[in-house]
Amino acid sequence: MEAASAEADQPAGKTSSWTLRVRKAIDRHLPLEHLLPDRQPYYVGSWVYVFGVVTIAALAWVVASGVVLAFMGPQWWHDSHLGRFINSVHFWSVQLFFIFMVLHLWGQYFMAGWRSGRAATWAIGVVIFGISVLTAFTGYLSQQNFDSQFIAINAKDAMNASGIGSFFNVLNFGQMYGLHIMLLPIGITLLVVMHIVMVRARGVVKPIDPEGARS
Amino acid sequence: MKGMGATQEEYYRGIRMVPYDLVKELVIAMVAVGVLAVGAAAFFSSPDVPPVTVATWAQTNPVDFVTTATNELAGTTLSAGYGYPYNTNASGQSWGPIAPAKWFGARIPIDSSNTFVIQPLQRAAFSNTDLGSALNTWQNATPDQQNTWLTNYSKALANANVVDGTVTVATGDYGPLPIMMSNLLGIAQSGGLDGLLMVNGRFYQTDYTPALLFMGDGTYLPGLAQNWNLLGNQWGMMNETGIYPGQTWLWLYTMWYQVPPFTSTTGFLGFNSSNADLGIIIMMTVLTAALALVPFIPILRDIPRWIPIHRLIWRQYYSPRKTVRA
Repeated sequence: MEAASAEADQPAGKTSSWTLRVRKAIDRHLPLEHLLPDRQPYYVGSWVYVFGVVTIAALAWVVASGVVLAFMGPQWWHDSHLGRFINSVHFWSVQLFFIFMVLHLWGQYFMAGWRSGRAATWAIGVVIFGISVLTAFTGYLSQQNFDSQFIAINAKDAMNASGIGSFFNVLNFGQMYGLHIMLLPIGITLLVVMHIVMVRARGVVKPIDPEGARS
Repeated sequence: MKGMGATQEEYYRGIRMVPYDLVKELVIAMVAVGVLAVGAAAFFSSPDVPPVTVATWAQTNPVDFVTTATNELAGTTLSAGYGYPYNTNASGQSWGPIAPAKWFGARIPIDSSNTFVIQPLQRAAFSNTDLGSALNTWQNATPDQQNTWLTNYSKALANANVVDGTVTVATGDYGPLPIMMSNLLGIAQSGGLDGLLMVNGRFYQTDYTPALLFMGDGTYLPGLAQNWNLLGNQWGMMNETGIYPGQTWLWLYTMWYQVPPFTSTTGFLGFNSSNADLGIIIMMTVLTAALALVPFIPILRDIPRWIPIHRLIWRQYYSPRKTVRA
């Protein structure tokens, strides 16, 4: 125990324990006070900063309503008033999610939010946007109504021309539904968690200096 | 560039910090967005136009149904001559040596005449000797004889009449086609063809590829889509039935289908209307990659410094009187 304790007191780079290294890295870069901060730099005062948190809030509503729809099955919302209402909440929270996400993206662009080692945070945000588009697309294909039918017929040509259609068959409801309710939401959730952790670990980027702060 | 290993404390050193409540902000955001989403759901509901079935198509427009089925036999429909991934009857779109559809081959094989007409009729002929005899006649005929019947019948269908849901044409040399098509129409109108197109030898089925391709070959379903402004040349992918917003985030993707070179037969740099789908997918892939790599692309990464929107966002920071900087 004493030996372990002595090793725990070593700097992260000196210890041979992988566990200790990971714990010390977390302690150094993402302590709890960074993950749940109660203080922010004084310049974080614009409404632009709100677009990120409302995007997360909209995503939470999308997931919550989607879980109910997935649990009850793809037919339920066509035959039930409650189901139609839950589907409507899902539909409108998706619309809000995209509105807020695009505002967040443009806000971060004009703030050059990738500066000071935040390029990966920006790139992951763009990937989240791309996967969200794909997830919404599979959602439209999973509605089992006229929109689904014609979007599938219309969209197959681009998918097939690019070779994607050989593996991603938009006319196959089972494949689209499985991707929509399972794999793609898991992907978005993991990337959003990663995005948030990176934002919280590094903190909010400083304002662009008048003399230029390209980095 | 500040090093990747820099801690937040190092990054913020000398900057005045003010109280902030992240959890409170998140809860307020959840409630506010919830009010908006639930309110919009209560007031506007959501679109749910019922799907078209093969049965409703055959009942509503029997001439279009029979014409499409005849064209499937003749191999003149969109799906019959589509190419990859359904068949090898076309080479698919390409841009120079880039022909991804061809690279992967016919991975979702669809033989239009057999899948949409012959196989369903063979299953229905089990208890129908007239239909069985007509199918035998068709399948034992030479290709030239089949083409003659198909040509004659297709011409006659242009002036077809509908009597009590059945399609009648002027007397002519059509071989077994009238019997085959009247049976196929009857099966479709009863709803049987919706099921027969899904038969795959297994109990469970979730793949609607054959039925959707068949309906897409007709004019009935695309005609309804045109009424809802859903066609590709109507910015269709970002539209939705009714007054609802569709996938508006696809506006850039959809826009390319409305402008040159993708609307032009001559095109530019090898992109034109004949390979528009492939060209637009390539362009959107490049643009998306560029967006992700903005931090490393000169000019694109400099625009935020040139356009002083950041001075509005951080106006307190840039204000000479209120600036508190270390």
